[in-house]
Amino acid sequence: MATKQNNSGLVQILDRAAMKRTIDRMAAEIVERDGGDVVLVGIHTRGVPLAERLARVIEASAGQKVRSGRLDITLYRDDVGPWRPAHEQPLLKETFLPDSIDGEVLYLVDDVLFTGRTVRAALDTLMDYGRPRAVRLAVLVDRGHRELPVAADVVGRKVPTSRDEDIRVRFAEIDGVDGVWIGRETADVE
Amino acid sequence: MSNERLKSLRSKDLVGIAPLEPGEIQLILDTAEELLDIARRPIKKVPTLRGRTVVNLFMEPSTRTRFSFEVAEKRLSADTLNFSASGSSVSKGETLIDTARNLMAMAPDFIVMRHPNSGAPHRLASMVEASIINAGDGINEHPTQALLDAFTMRRHLGRLEGLAVTIAGDIRHSRVARSNAYLLGKMGATVRFAAPASLMPLHAETLGVEVHHRLESALEGADVVMMLRIQRERQGNMNFPSLREYFDFFGLTPERLELAKPEALVMHPGPINRGVEIDSAVADGSRSVILDQVTNGVAIRMAILYLLSGGHGEPTPAS
Repeated sequence: MATKQNNSGLVQILDRAAMKRTIDRMAAEIVERDGGDVVLVGIHTRGVPLAERLARVIEASAGQKVRSGRLDITLYRDDVGPWRPAHEQPLLKETFLPDSIDGEVLYLVDDVLFTGRTVRAALDTLMDYGRPRAVRLAVLVDRGHRELPVAADVVGRKVPTSRDEDIRVRFAEIDGVDGVWIGRETADVE
Repeated sequence: MSNERLKSLRSKDLVGIAPLEPGEIQLILDTAEELLDIARRPIKKVPTLRGRTVVNLFMEPSTRTRFSFEVAEKRLSADTLNFSASGSSVSKGETLIDTARNLMAMAPDFIVMRHPNSGAPHRLASMVEASIINAGDGINEHPTQALLDAFTMRRHLGRLEGLAVTIAGDIRHSRVARSNAYLLGKMGATVRFAAPASLMPLHAETLGVEVHHRLESALEGADVVMMLRIQRERQGNMNFPSLREYFDFFGLTPERLELAKPEALVMHPGPINRGVEIDSAVADGSRSVILDQVTNGVAIRMAILYLLSGGHGEPTPAS
């Protein structure tokens, strides 16, 4: 898999070990800021394994169970429906949140922060489930090019990109391999 | 069902089950699974169809199907307009096509349609840009009912393939039975029709179902028992001597239900006639999933609206 991506013009910027160090540091920042009593909610698809890994690291260091969840933002996207040029509607995925998120400090977790539109949709989705005390944002890669006024509270790595470059984050749970790649993909793998 | 997973429906309309592929049915059921959750949230609404208009065009009386569509539309934030045969221009002699042309001038995105004539939605679908969703046409099809039935079976029994499904009652006048026969056949289940000869459609075997003229033989080893209402409004002359005699031979009693599998589901599209096709003890019994069907119907209708709202034909430029 990695070979194929190298052939298609992608350059690896984080390998497995560097990705692990980055996630460990993000977990430490979350604990420093809010302690271990937080709810981590991963945005589908690759925010989900990131939130689970952060939860495990925080559990190990803070010694308490960290609640995590999964959020599907599809029904709140701004490119679904009349604005969407394509024929296909995105497939819906499962949303799973702790029984109540009222009064919690909740971290939205995603792999890449780009235009900020996903985060806007995620905020709207969350508000229909409850009223957290605070919502923060943790991302593995911030690649710039915001189209909405959104900023992350915890950033694993800032990566300057041009607009037409791809950032590919891979998690072993989904992709069979850990790492982050940048570049222009000749053929669309997704 | 080894079809590669589909991501969209092929048509702009849902006029029936007959034209659907197994992969499309699976996509609808999988989508509904995720939409069920919305009914359990504090705020039972998502903004997905904001600014879209749905006309509910009901030329035949309906309470539950119309309500179910309305709930589905509102949970997706669509604007809804209700148009029914009584008290409208239809009772003043307007034709279906003229009614549709007038509705189209108001630019709806969807028309949910129930009509006494078989094939009416197909005719309309070819004439208008809006997506047509068939909510029952004559004695032809009632696709959303069959989809919610299949969804209910899959949720309770974990699969459709290999199930033995008994459908009993007034099959001759039942679009629900036809849509179910199409759907379950496509998904690899076996369908048994059970009815007195006077309530069995001619050439029922051509739908790929087993035909039984006694309820008992149809119930043996069944995974699902679906009872249909005697449609008194569609019977010219009664097709059996009396309702009591019908119940004696074809009513689902606790004793008869023993013939089916111990975990068999009891279903009914409603409205039920207690003591005619089903005994109260069965309708309210532990195997009855009749009220689940109602809940699941909303999720299925949301799934169809969602999947059909993707836009069709020529791509429109993103603004």
